[in-house]
Amino acid sequence: MNEIIGLFFITIGIIADLIGCLGLVRFPDVYTRLQASTKCVTLGTCGIFFGVFFYYGFTIIGLKALLIIIFVFLTSPVSSHALAKAAYKSGVKMCQQSVCDEYRNYKERIK
Amino acid sequence: MKIRVYRKIFLICLVFLVWIILSGFEIYNVIFGIICSVILILLFGDINIQNEWTFKKPQRYLWFLYYIIIFLYEVIKANIDVAYRILSPNMPIKPGIVKVKTSIKSDAFLTILANSITLTPGTLSVDIDKENGYIYVHWIYVRDVDVEAVTKKIAHKFEKILMKITCK
Repeated sequence: MNEIIGLFFITIGIIADLIGCLGLVRFPDVYTRLQASTKCVTLGTCGIFFGVFFYYGFTIIGLKALLIIIFVFLTSPVSSHALAKAAYKSGVKMCQQSVCDEYRNYKERIK
Repeated sequence: MKIRVYRKIFLICLVFLVWIILSGFEIYNVIFGIICSVILILLFGDINIQNEWTFKKPQRYLWFLYYIIIFLYEVIKANIDVAYRILSPNMPIKPGIVKVKTSIKSDAFLTILANSITLTPGTLSVDIDKENGYIYVHWIYVRDVDVEAVTKKIAHKFEKILMKITCK
């Protein structure tokens, strides 16, 4: 039974990862691509590791998988934030469909 | 001076013990564990916790559990939302960077709030203006530009729980 639940979570994780990668290809600019990669890949990776935890139960491998989930949740938003800020600082333009940019005013005030 | 050294040795033993429990007792594991725990504690052993008294309040942990449940629900909602935008053929996106006002002051809770915003539907925090209490958020489908309305839509549900956890 535990194996079936584990495989179910692993399947969901792989599907979420696949959608994230599709988004990486389809979206028009850096910021929207970061959105796709952060959200889908975080849940996808965590889904895979949660499945591994169910598959192995409370053994060393399962507990390590749980630890990895916590660390992924802590680090993935931070890295995407750093990438977005660095992209903005080095002057990457937002795509054509963009409607507003409040951040530019703040940047100019700081200078 | 002496207390600090004892404290560091204690921390090294603790980190090493956790490593051994997690990885099993073999010779290369032990050597690698000793090296890593010594480096880790020498680098980060001086970091202290501010406001210890807040750790004795039990309701804070219950609010934190509640926060985790709300957070996981929002993460799953975010994934369905983004997956819909990726997979639909005409891609309904309208991106832009908006401003969110926050009244949280502490560093740790600002980090948690910004990380939660990043992992919830269609939003990605880009920068924090700490003096004025603004977070700049990239939104994949901008519904509103006004600061108050945006804050209510994006950050309000997290902020009111986080304010309860800080116990102030």
